[in-house]
Amino acid sequence: MTPTVTLEVRDLSTHFHASGTTLKAVDGVSFSVARGKVLGLVGESGSGKTVTGFSIMRLVDPPGFIAGGSILFQGLDLARISNEEMRRLRGNRIAMIFQDPMMTLNPGLRVDTQMVETILAHESTSREEARQRARDALGMVGIPSPDERLRSYPHQFSGGMRQRVAIAIAMLHRPELIIADEPTTALDVTIQGQILAEVQKLTRQFGTSLIWISHDLSVVAALADEIAVMYAGRLVEQGEVGEVLDRPLHPYTKGLIDSVPSRNRRGAPLRQIQGMTPSLANLPSGCSFRTRCPRAAEICQQAPATREWLPGHTARCHRPHHLVEEPA
Amino acid sequence: MSSSPMVELVGIAKRFSKPAGIASRIARRFGGPERATTVHAIDGVDLAIARGQVLGLVGESGCGKSTLGRIVAGIMPPSEGEVRWQGRNVAGATRAEARKAKLGIQMIFQDPMSSLNPRMRVADIVGEAPLVHGLVGRREIDAYVDEQLVSAGLDPAYKRRYPHQFSGGQRQRISIARALAVQPQFLVCDESVAALDVSIQAQVINLFLKLREDLDLTYLFISHDLGVVEHLSDRVAIMYLGRIVEEAPTGEIFARANHPYTQSLLAAVPKIENRKTTFVAVKGEIPSPLNPPAGCHFHPRCPHAFARCRSERPAIRQIAPDHFSACHLNDEPR
Repeated sequence: MTPTVTLEVRDLSTHFHASGTTLKAVDGVSFSVARGKVLGLVGESGSGKTVTGFSIMRLVDPPGFIAGGSILFQGLDLARISNEEMRRLRGNRIAMIFQDPMMTLNPGLRVDTQMVETILAHESTSREEARQRARDALGMVGIPSPDERLRSYPHQFSGGMRQRVAIAIAMLHRPELIIADEPTTALDVTIQGQILAEVQKLTRQFGTSLIWISHDLSVVAALADEIAVMYAGRLVEQGEVGEVLDRPLHPYTKGLIDSVPSRNRRGAPLRQIQGMTPSLANLPSGCSFRTRCPRAAEICQQAPATREWLPGHTARCHRPHHLVEEPA
Repeated sequence: MSSSPMVELVGIAKRFSKPAGIASRIARRFGGPERATTVHAIDGVDLAIARGQVLGLVGESGCGKSTLGRIVAGIMPPSEGEVRWQGRNVAGATRAEARKAKLGIQMIFQDPMSSLNPRMRVADIVGEAPLVHGLVGRREIDAYVDEQLVSAGLDPAYKRRYPHQFSGGQRQRISIARALAVQPQFLVCDESVAALDVSIQAQVINLFLKLREDLDLTYLFISHDLGVVEHLSDRVAIMYLGRIVEEAPTGEIFARANHPYTQSLLAAVPKIENRKTTFVAVKGEIPSPLNPPAGCHFHPRCPHAFARCRSERPAIRQIAPDHFSACHLNDEPR
């Protein structure tokens, strides 16, 4: 029996028209998130992880557009439903937390105004009760004296507190799915620890599914059940967290893990990935990682397909680690 | 290892104050209260960095680590205290000496886009300072710039380009080449790898390690990333709200952190080796340096705080060989 799936993304492609060419920011991405589970979506800048999140929320603006694939949310294909239907889901059953909480918060409105508005947008309840719920939500994410804080403006909060408010707003309607895009990247370590603790508590308490987008493997290791690694618009590896981190198949994943300082002897040169992320407009043919890959061979000039090499552990690579011999 | 340190800070303090506005100045004439607000960015810091050493300076936002870096680099004078460069007070030095000290210390910032002039070509960015300071003549400058670019890992063929034509990692290499061009002995790196992607970050860290070997450089490496600092540094100093709370050799501090702040900082860092951790939150927020708590600055967040912590500032003192910490708990019987 498979557990209840909250979201299933199949073959999602999001493209951008730019000066005569089409950039494939997201190119045939498939994954699913089960109820109450956390998927860590990992990649470097420009790998398409944020665009993937935006596509699920249907927040991609022209010149970007969803070019193909389906986004099944409890049987509903988010790639096809009308704007009006999507508007009813967004903030209600699917919510997003951004890296910069000021993307969520209106600087000119008091926190209570914004929270009450969010509740009333999806439910017909009294203003009084909405306010009460907003107050409880703030308390739940660990904001001290929520009654007073409701009357504050966003600029009166610190960065960490603002992110808590954004999380509280995302949680208002007890959504089935939250997409969190680098929500702790701009925060200090101790504050990041606090936010991670809150998020963990909330997903456990309410069975919320979470897509945690991050470049930080250590945070994902600690938080996620599953991990999906993106490179140049494609998913290159996917599987259970421990499995992927302990036995990475794709050379890119292995390179990322190896370049984490704690994985290296102190003071020794870090193992590094050669070269730099290619521009989407100018990807190598075949496997897009092949020009940086230490294991590249002739066959890599043909694009590899995603293959389940080990039970539940897929990689888009012709010559994965552990399974195919090292090149001579 | 007790030869005279390369850089020594003695009793450094830095205050920034905002002059009172006109309204409160008028109010004061009529007997209103004093209203000038003062931030104690740095509050009595002593620190020594030995030749050839990498000192990692760690702290969270607003703790004053960047201000301290700027004071060391000579960009900003301290409000109190002395900066000694190779044993001599920089403030009392002759102009020529001060200039020499300034050239000897170079700084590399977090965001190369805001520290490189976008309207200058790379060759001019790197070549300007050595020309002005007469380190090389006009005729040799081209070859000299090429040499600096190569040692920072850049292809000299691109030197006619502008900074925006490079990626983030390459731009950081340009600022490294610019710093190296005046033949410094000491680099202050202020969050120099924080904005880079993981794979690029590893490349730049490796460059720092290589330059240290090749050019015998000394570093003050400022970062909030404990993983990077642990990898790169010989010694680590932990800063909290303008004060250094703990200082020790890297291995010692990561194995036997003494100060409760250091301990909670280490506990909060997620590690790739730890799966599905349950996070335990450090309580409270970083207080505003405008109005820091009395006594030990960390006491409102400290799980072990007692009465003395609320009133008396703990002095930093040696608690084990070469391990310094500022915590009253060390005076208590265990």
